[in-house]
Amino acid sequence: MTVSDVLLTAVGLVAVGAALAVVMTEHLVRAGLWLVVTLGAIAVEFLLLRAEFAAWVQVLIYVGAVVVLLLFAVMLTRAPIGPSPDLDRPLGPALLVGAGTGLGLSTLFVWVFADRQVAVPETGSAQRLGEAIFADWVLPFEVLSVLLLAALIGAIVLSRREGAS
Amino acid sequence: MTPMWYIVLATVLFSIGAVGVLIRRNAIVLFMCIELMLNAANLALVTFSRINGTLDGQIMAFFAMVVAAAEVVIGLAIIMLIFRTRRSASVDDANLLKY
Repeated sequence: MTVSDVLLTAVGLVAVGAALAVVMTEHLVRAGLWLVVTLGAIAVEFLLLRAEFAAWVQVLIYVGAVVVLLLFAVMLTRAPIGPSPDLDRPLGPALLVGAGTGLGLSTLFVWVFADRQVAVPETGSAQRLGEAIFADWVLPFEVLSVLLLAALIGAIVLSRREGAS
Repeated sequence: MTPMWYIVLATVLFSIGAVGVLIRRNAIVLFMCIELMLNAANLALVTFSRINGTLDGQIMAFFAMVVAAAEVVIGLAIIMLIFRTRRSASVDDANLLKY
């Protein structure tokens, strides 16, 4: 066991536990805060996989922006701050679907990748990712900026009150 | 330990997110579960990038994060709109296309 193996196991357990808490907790705000723990743990996993840029983008976009937006939505929909027991969908079929998905995907991926030799890892620093994006991935990058503009305009149009000038 | 365990972790997180989408009824918690599934997919992409020794998977994960940010903005705007007309954030109440 190397240091990264121990870290992978520990951080992975934290991520899974916090994800379970997101799904199971009856407090809406606590679900959002547990989501922060899960996303942070996944950012640490990115660092362990030597994807530095992905890890920092994860921290900036998810922990910084997405969770704040979600908590704003919790406040704006006047959700109950106390426990709100709305777990009233049957758990059985959902567990069946979840276990099926997990087992199926795990077996598939283990079967496909079990005998692959791991290549020498390239560190995903911001400089190397930037070079790759602006050399080989320019068109998707530009399309993405158009998508962001469309999302911006769409959000403004959606949240504009009817009749407001 | 091989990168295989990262894939197993990603599938476990994805399954937890899928179960959450199936059992919760509040639209915002549903959104959190979808974010969980997207993150599991990103983790798998970064792991594939590590397995293959190239940067392509990491770039795809970066693009997926940006698309997820746009998706959250639009989705929350729609949730707010539904809340404003139906006074409820439960997905079971959003059963009409036009009110």
